[in-house]
Amino acid sequence: MAVQAQKGQDTLSTDRIEKRVDLRATRSRVWRAITTAEEFGTWFRMKLDGEFAEGATIRGRITHPGYEHVTVDLLVERIEPERYFSYRWHPYAIDASVDYSAEPTTLVEFILEETEDGTAVTIVESGFDRIPLGRRSEAFRMNDQGWGGQIKNLERYVS
Amino acid sequence: MSPSRGAAAVKVSEAVPVFAALGDATRLSLLGRLSANGPLSITRLSEGTGVTRQAITRHLYALGDAGLVRNARRGRERVWDLDLKRLEKARQYLDQISAQWDEAAERLRSFVEDD
Repeated sequence: MAVQAQKGQDTLSTDRIEKRVDLRATRSRVWRAITTAEEFGTWFRMKLDGEFAEGATIRGRITHPGYEHVTVDLLVERIEPERYFSYRWHPYAIDASVDYSAEPTTLVEFILEETEDGTAVTIVESGFDRIPLGRRSEAFRMNDQGWGGQIKNLERYVS
Repeated sequence: MSPSRGAAAVKVSEAVPVFAALGDATRLSLLGRLSANGPLSITRLSEGTGVTRQAITRHLYALGDAGLVRNARRGRERVWDLDLKRLEKARQYLDQISAQWDEAAERLRSFVEDD
């Protein structure tokens, strides 16, 4: 799970998350799945309102049950066909009552490499150390286990 | 580390005081300042905030009760600092996002391999 998946990286780092996944699919197939807004939206569970292009800001609406109120802006940074795709966003910006726009963004990168059986994709999200500590702690009350909302009510009650 | 997912592993009873302590803009900003420049005295912490020393003191004790900050005597003054052990729990934020990427990567796998 999360911890095992980070094997091989500096586990003390609080600034970045790195994942590598080996896919049995051609590089062009994987590239299309990652960089076509509609396909990206399907597996990422986000409805995007435009196509990815360098410098473009695309607004996405989460389609994952329970998060439908959440919109996310993806600021596309770099596209190198079939090799590299990156964008910036506000991580975990799921509280609709908070304006995250003035806060630092994290950088999300997808790096594609051909392997014997298909394609290896490395996903890196970095820049967490610039996210305010209070915001990071806030994630406690925003898990998807169902008690997040109730805890929030309790918080109002006790503070 | 717990093998279960991110913040779901946090015991509710343990986390409630943390939520309560963080549910206030002044307290969040105190945490931010201690994170950047701590340890700091109450005098330093109230500088430029427009909040009285008494109010700052009250907020610091609220944060202290939640185990987020602690104080120590330094010479003639008392200084406040983050309780890093407790705040390492913020690390779980990363674990949680990490778990979400694991899930997203698996959905990507199903998406491209099931064609």
